[in-house]
Amino acid sequence: METLIDDWRVRIAAAAGSGGKLAIRGGGSKCFYGGPETGERLDVAAYRGIVAYEPSELVVTARAGTGLRELAATLAAKGQGLVFEPPHFGAAATVGGMLATGLSGPRRQAVGAVRDFVLGVKLLNGSGEVLSFGGQVMKNVAGYDVPRLLAGSLGTLGVVLEVSLKVLPLPVAEKSLRFALDEAAALQKLNQWGGRPLPISASAWHDGLLTLRLSGAAAAVAAAERELAGEVLADADVFWDSLREQKQAFFLGDAPLWRLSLPSVTPPQALGETLIEWGGAQRWLRGGDARRIRAAAAKAGGHATLFRGDDALKTEVGVFQPLTAPLARIHRHLKQAFDPQGVFNPGRMYPGL
Amino acid sequence: MEGKSADRRFAVDRPALIRRLRAVLPVQALLVEEEDLRPYDCDGLTAYRQLPLLVALPENESQAQAILKVCHELKAPVVARGAATGLSGGATPHADGVVVSLARLKKIVSIDALSRTAVVQPGVRNLAVSEAAAPYGLYYAPDPSSQIACTIGGNVAENSGGVHCLKYGLTVHNVLRVRGLTMAGEIVEFGNAALDAAGYDLLALLNGSEGLLAMITEVTVRLTPKPQLAQVVIASFDDVRRAGDAVAGIIAAGIIPAGLEMMDRKAIHAVEPYVNAGYDMDAEAILLCESDGTPEEVAEEIGRMTAVLERSGASAYCVSRTEAERLKFWAGRKAAFPAVGRLTPDYLCMDGTIPRKRLAEMLQEITGLSGKYDLRCANVFHAGDGNLHPLIMYDANQPGQLERAMAFGAEILELSVRFGGTITGEHGVGIEKVNLMAEQFGMAEIETFHRLKAAFDEHGLLNPGKGVPTLARCREYTQARVARAPTAPRF
Repeated sequence: METLIDDWRVRIAAAAGSGGKLAIRGGGSKCFYGGPETGERLDVAAYRGIVAYEPSELVVTARAGTGLRELAATLAAKGQGLVFEPPHFGAAATVGGMLATGLSGPRRQAVGAVRDFVLGVKLLNGSGEVLSFGGQVMKNVAGYDVPRLLAGSLGTLGVVLEVSLKVLPLPVAEKSLRFALDEAAALQKLNQWGGRPLPISASAWHDGLLTLRLSGAAAAVAAAERELAGEVLADADVFWDSLREQKQAFFLGDAPLWRLSLPSVTPPQALGETLIEWGGAQRWLRGGDARRIRAAAAKAGGHATLFRGDDALKTEVGVFQPLTAPLARIHRHLKQAFDPQGVFNPGRMYPGL
Repeated sequence: MEGKSADRRFAVDRPALIRRLRAVLPVQALLVEEEDLRPYDCDGLTAYRQLPLLVALPENESQAQAILKVCHELKAPVVARGAATGLSGGATPHADGVVVSLARLKKIVSIDALSRTAVVQPGVRNLAVSEAAAPYGLYYAPDPSSQIACTIGGNVAENSGGVHCLKYGLTVHNVLRVRGLTMAGEIVEFGNAALDAAGYDLLALLNGSEGLLAMITEVTVRLTPKPQLAQVVIASFDDVRRAGDAVAGIIAAGIIPAGLEMMDRKAIHAVEPYVNAGYDMDAEAILLCESDGTPEEVAEEIGRMTAVLERSGASAYCVSRTEAERLKFWAGRKAAFPAVGRLTPDYLCMDGTIPRKRLAEMLQEITGLSGKYDLRCANVFHAGDGNLHPLIMYDANQPGQLERAMAFGAEILELSVRFGGTITGEHGVGIEKVNLMAEQFGMAEIETFHRLKAAFDEHGLLNPGKGVPTLARCREYTQARVARAPTAPRF
């Protein structure tokens, strides 16, 4: 494994010395996300394997090339998991790709996102140094929280080598319920329920139907099921998995897919066909006018991402919501702090970064 | 330890600074006389005292902005201060710098029950947020023991934890947005009212940044629905190792308690006469293990917890029967620091975190060190997440005791790192542990931290001397360490 790092160091030094660029790739399942790849491919999937896993410590450490499926299977054997349900978007999905994209699945609304579970990272910076931040314990405030900073940084700050993650017990019981509600009523209900101690672990509204998942102790799930009185959904695992992996009909086809991250109480936006998750905080749109979408997201206090789209559209409108001037400057300086020659994944997040 | 921050990089013209600040602040918002500065000479780490050059007390964000612009122009260091309850000296003044107290920014701007969020100014006390949210059945989950006094701004700066963070998370998990000022006085927003924001996760970076990256002027926190019921089990153990095993056993059984705390005999004996919490004075250690949720859920979980405790050899246990009793049981744990404070003129509170499985081993080591340094030490642990708070008792008026206490503490933290943990779980590095950073990080990481800070604060004016040691200090520390223990293996 160490020879891989030595090889990459050579590649990094060569690129840094010649103005070259490297496109870091793990399993390639999430290449569609972010700006177009440029530069020479740096394949990192071979740097794989679980380094340490102790169920009673609730921590697992894995090399970045470790398959997400392999990791999930190892954890599930001990009744634990990555409870933020990271999407795979392909069988080859890796731990590194999960961290780099920072994407979380349906249960994010209840337990937090990838960044909330990252405890430590080891990475290779743009000078070829191996750096280690955070650790393998739950509470650690020594030094700036670089591990969480790396979640969603799209490989622009370095090559992640190893990640330590907090794991949790998988829920003992689950039940999914369905309700016929229009968009405004569904949003109202989701927010009202969110303010009560109910074991809601996921939610999805589309086309007049709200689907809710309850997870937790058997007694708590049963009590909530009686109280909420929705229609029980059969084959619920298939439904939530197809949502997490974006295999439902809503997500198919070539129209651009927008992800709006909004305050959960934001009223219906009438921007086009919508699918709502995370209790109202994550909303998906197919197609639509980029400027209108971005303006609406900003006005509501959130942001809009061109989640899937062709390179031409990405270049034209940008993948991510533009930053304010002071934040853009901090981004540039942070990039320089980790990758002074701008070798890693240029343009995957913002042009010039 | 007067004058510890003897960092002479900053040549500040005091009269000019006073003149410029007076031009932008109401007269009562600037303190210049020594008798007025004296109350600001330390925070909760009272062993370190330093008079600041000046103290500014802005009443709103625009005054804070004006202060920073002046200080930025005159290259004067700035130390932000909330309630000064911090235990690592994060708010210890700089001799050439201005302490900016944010205590007057104490408005709860809004509480939105439907979206379960509160917008508060940095000087709002932690507990005040939960009190204001209570009528809606909501509360702010992070609950550091100082929650009656400590402020949200300080909580964000330190990424404060509390006794319930195993289940409900740290400050970083419960903050949606931080509005603040860069050292140059620009307004910046990290995060937003949604669950995530575009770009790098700077919000995560701000949490626990100890006032080195930006000055906080407003925070949006997430509120949590109050569980229908909470109950706590107190279990006694006649052997510390068994108590440690019980902690691992509970987690291994797939239980995530709402709180899981441990106290050793010295801590119990300090607390019980002070609070009358009902703790077992004959026990070598007690565990407090809390369950919350629906009544059915709690009954089920308490059943599983007590089964593990019995299997682990608890000599006795009891379950709280009423909310009043639950609060009484917790009152002892939350009063542990002041209770120990009654037994000794001074104490140092350590804050290492280690993997849970090494708790018992660590306790044995601490007992040994207590003999070696001839100082008493009481131990309270956030056992669920391996965060230790050994309280080293000493008397600063006895020659050599402070030095011995500090050496004792440093050895505990070195052990924490050697056991695979960290020198600080929730109190921060501040001024207290700045040299020990070299124990946990190599030069390359320390250099990265400096570059990261410079990305926010080019001239290094925000809280200089805290959090991250200079490279020169790192080298000195490492050399001194090698000289001290020439044969000790590092890991």
